[in-house]
Amino acid sequence: MSAGDRRTRSLAERVTELRPNPLVAAVRSAWPFVIAIVIAFVLQAVVAPAMSPFKAKMLLDIGIAIVLASSLNIVNGMAGQFSIGHAGFMMIGGYAAAVVTYYGSIKLLGVPLGVDVPVIGGFMGSGDLLFLASCIVGGIFAAVAGLVVGLPSLRLRGDYLAIVTLGFGEILRVLVQQTPEVPSPKEAAEAGLGTMMSHLGGALSFTGTPTYVSPTPWLENASGEQTGHAGIFFTYLIVGILLVLIYRLKTANQGRRLLAVRENEIAAEACGVNTSRTKVTAFVLAAFFAGVGGALFAHELGATLSPKELGFMKSIDLVIMVVLGGMGSITGVVCAAAFLTVLPELLRTLAPMITNLIGVSVNPDAYRMPLYALALILVMILRPQGLFGIRELWDLRWWKRYVTPAWTKIAGGWLIPRAPKDRP
Amino acid sequence: MTAKIALEAKQLSLAFGGLKAVSDFSLRVPERGLCGLIGPNGAGKTTIFNLLTGVYQPDHGEIWLGGTRLDGKKPSAIALAGLARTFQNIRLFGELSVIDNVRTACGVRARSGLVRSFLRTPLFLAEERAMIERSYDLLDVLGIAHRADEQAKSLPYGDQRRLEIARALATEPKVLLLDEPVAGMNTQEKHEMRSLIVSLRERFDVGILLIEHDMGLVMEICEEITVLDHGVTIASGNAAGIQENPAVIEAYLGAPEPDEPPSQGPT
Amino acid sequence: MTTLVQTLVDTIALGSLYALTALGYTLVYGVLRFINFAHSDIFTVGAWVAWSFCGLFGWLGTGSPIFAMPIILVLAMATCAALGILIELLAYRPLRRAPRLNVLITAIGVSLLLQNCGQLDWVFGRQGQPMPALVEDRSLFMLAGVNIRLVDITIVLLAGALMVALERLVYGSKVGRAMRAVSFDERVASLMGINVNRIVSITFGIGSALAAAGGLLFALKYSNIKQPADTTWVLLGLRAFVAAVVGGIGNVRGAVAGALLIAFVEQFGAAYLSANMRDLFVFVVLIVVLLVKPSGLFGKAVVEKV
Repeated sequence: MSAGDRRTRSLAERVTELRPNPLVAAVRSAWPFVIAIVIAFVLQAVVAPAMSPFKAKMLLDIGIAIVLASSLNIVNGMAGQFSIGHAGFMMIGGYAAAVVTYYGSIKLLGVPLGVDVPVIGGFMGSGDLLFLASCIVGGIFAAVAGLVVGLPSLRLRGDYLAIVTLGFGEILRVLVQQTPEVPSPKEAAEAGLGTMMSHLGGALSFTGTPTYVSPTPWLENASGEQTGHAGIFFTYLIVGILLVLIYRLKTANQGRRLLAVRENEIAAEACGVNTSRTKVTAFVLAAFFAGVGGALFAHELGATLSPKELGFMKSIDLVIMVVLGGMGSITGVVCAAAFLTVLPELLRTLAPMITNLIGVSVNPDAYRMPLYALALILVMILRPQGLFGIRELWDLRWWKRYVTPAWTKIAGGWLIPRAPKDRP
Repeated sequence: MTAKIALEAKQLSLAFGGLKAVSDFSLRVPERGLCGLIGPNGAGKTTIFNLLTGVYQPDHGEIWLGGTRLDGKKPSAIALAGLARTFQNIRLFGELSVIDNVRTACGVRARSGLVRSFLRTPLFLAEERAMIERSYDLLDVLGIAHRADEQAKSLPYGDQRRLEIARALATEPKVLLLDEPVAGMNTQEKHEMRSLIVSLRERFDVGILLIEHDMGLVMEICEEITVLDHGVTIASGNAAGIQENPAVIEAYLGAPEPDEPPSQGPT
Repeated sequence: MTTLVQTLVDTIALGSLYALTALGYTLVYGVLRFINFAHSDIFTVGAWVAWSFCGLFGWLGTGSPIFAMPIILVLAMATCAALGILIELLAYRPLRRAPRLNVLITAIGVSLLLQNCGQLDWVFGRQGQPMPALVEDRSLFMLAGVNIRLVDITIVLLAGALMVALERLVYGSKVGRAMRAVSFDERVASLMGINVNRIVSITFGIGSALAAAGGLLFALKYSNIKQPADTTWVLLGLRAFVAAVVGGIGNVRGAVAGALLIAFVEQFGAAYLSANMRDLFVFVVLIVVLLVKPSGLFGKAVVEKV
């Protein structure tokens, strides 16, 4: 028997004949982003105006929570590197972005910022562009910090790494607390670069950032001029892009490497996965998106950009979302982030009912954290991989049994996530 | 017939503190050769695998794979150079599916990085497709394709060993190191594994180095056998020569029944 | 000179407190190989339980009897020991064979639970409270212009006594030998007839009792108790924790040395460099130690077997 026909062919030999049409590939690459833009637009223009301002604000909070929790999911969930200083990256991104928009609005756009920040240049005008740029700047600053924090992960694992990330968050908090007050717009107009970089508001907060991320109604007045910010559009645009990218990461070779590192580092290394590089990549990516999330937070209406707000407890909030949702599950973490953001409100609504039931008046806010803590412990004992585990919503048994057939009836095979690993 | 040498270890030594784990160990695996490494428990066999694959660095000596020098490299770089291994105490990516275990290892030969993954370029799509194809082919060869979508940790023991071999082969190695591939298997399974190991050489163009406690298996299939005791090579040669070598007989006499598989390590 | 002596006194007093807490981290790590994040909250509970018992006996005002201190100390230590054992039983024991990450997350959960339950109105409430002076607040003698307070001396003596007692227990008793055996190899220890669960419970009990003593002494030194979820507690716990890690977690003497080192860095950094940045110094020490010698100054490196 000759060796030729029995040989199992190598990867490179197969790749050449499997290349798809570039045009088809380009369309396939772009359409999820287009859908994301459309959804964000619909949320802003149709859904949000129909909601009460309070509910619209909740929508914003959910979006930002999804960005932050999903970014943590990359490093905690997928790569298995337990970081409890994630709010630190958020802080870096938030402050960097705030510096860009606050000083930028004054210096570049010449806008005297005050309590009521006007919309600068309308939808996607100079103000909105500056804000989007600030998100990217925030992401980049945080990514650099992610590189620095990722390096210890090469030497430390488990508990020790957790402590170092915690220490990083604390150091950052102390440093920001030392900074002097943010100058008033008038003073800021004359301030130099050194002042801009160092005057961050200290222990109190960075005041005066324009509220680009606000749920105010959009395209309000009769002549169609924009009066409010398109905060929901921007937030969900970022949510959409982030989710598409994370999904693509998880279903790609690069993402499987992260999971391999999480599952068994020694085996991953023996399979040719450069574990050091993989871990640092995870930290940098996660930090970047956390920085973007921080930038959103910095410009959110009603949010205070202060070292106290972005401390250890914020990191723990995010950890809870990832752990409950399922470490490594994209949809699981999205569900957990949305649910846990709404939960305090839900508890507040339910409180009178509970009071009636047990005859004692309860303060729902006081019981929120004990409940979270209990849930965390119980999930770890009863379902250690989180509610979804590594799987996605559509991999769950009940979804396959009820939702998939129903959807197939309505829309045929369209938009059903199909694992690309089906046998050719 | 003289084949070209694929893997060569020259005078490797390693000490843990004062304890000499391996001294002056040399070995050659020819291209498509099938070599065995045997010795009583604690003779340093797995330590040698760890040296070859870069988990430990040798104090002295050199390791060559074709024209590449391996000692001093990281394990991942060594895998990339073309030396793959399995583990005695099975190390799978437990939460991942069987096919994903193999795909991860296939991915070592892929060229797409993070940006291509995000943008899903034609090259990325072709590579992902090719990885799936190749992974299924590998699972077919190992006879576990019907379990492709199961979680790796839920596989029965024998199939876990097969998956480890499939994963190692997925990295497209020139030489494959198998650490006790039939440990804990029954006669039927051992028999299947034996013909499988022999067939791998042709199908994948690889040389194989085997650690095994099952003397029968080693004597039957290995062309070259090295016997190790206390980190020292006490004999090497073909099966017939080894069986008559007095040093080998002496090393094994005190050992508890060398024909029996050793007690399982931590499971 | 005055500053130097004052700082030195504070370093020793605080170092002793950190040591008491750090010992708990180290003991638990020794037997179970995980960092009990909830340990610092036991410290908090210790202070609050002490305060609650004072209230129960009507010693909240000034002029409590001289025997109040030992009674409160024993009660606080016993309560916290029971709490520690209970936590181990309910939260950690079901996870004995689970991956370490799960145990770590559970520990964070327990920590959050203690903090937030402590804040409930019917537990300790959301208000800080003044701690009654169970140890009379007077100066014993002057040293280079610095008042040496009775409370500081009490802290150092009591902490020292507890540490000596622990040392005797770990290295000189049957229970201690069993603890060391479990620490060395749990499986072999259980084969040798050691009841591992009992030893783990005892370890948690001892660690928690020491933390309670630390909490009480801390409250006495600063004569007030912050509300249970206050960041002061978190940071305090972190410092003790850093002390244990820096000293080499799992190593009893290392924990004491680490505690003194951390107290030194913190107090001298605060006195001579910047009072606001004391935590910065502590964490910088931590990160440097972990990066240079991840097993801590006195710890042994653990290598995973391939």
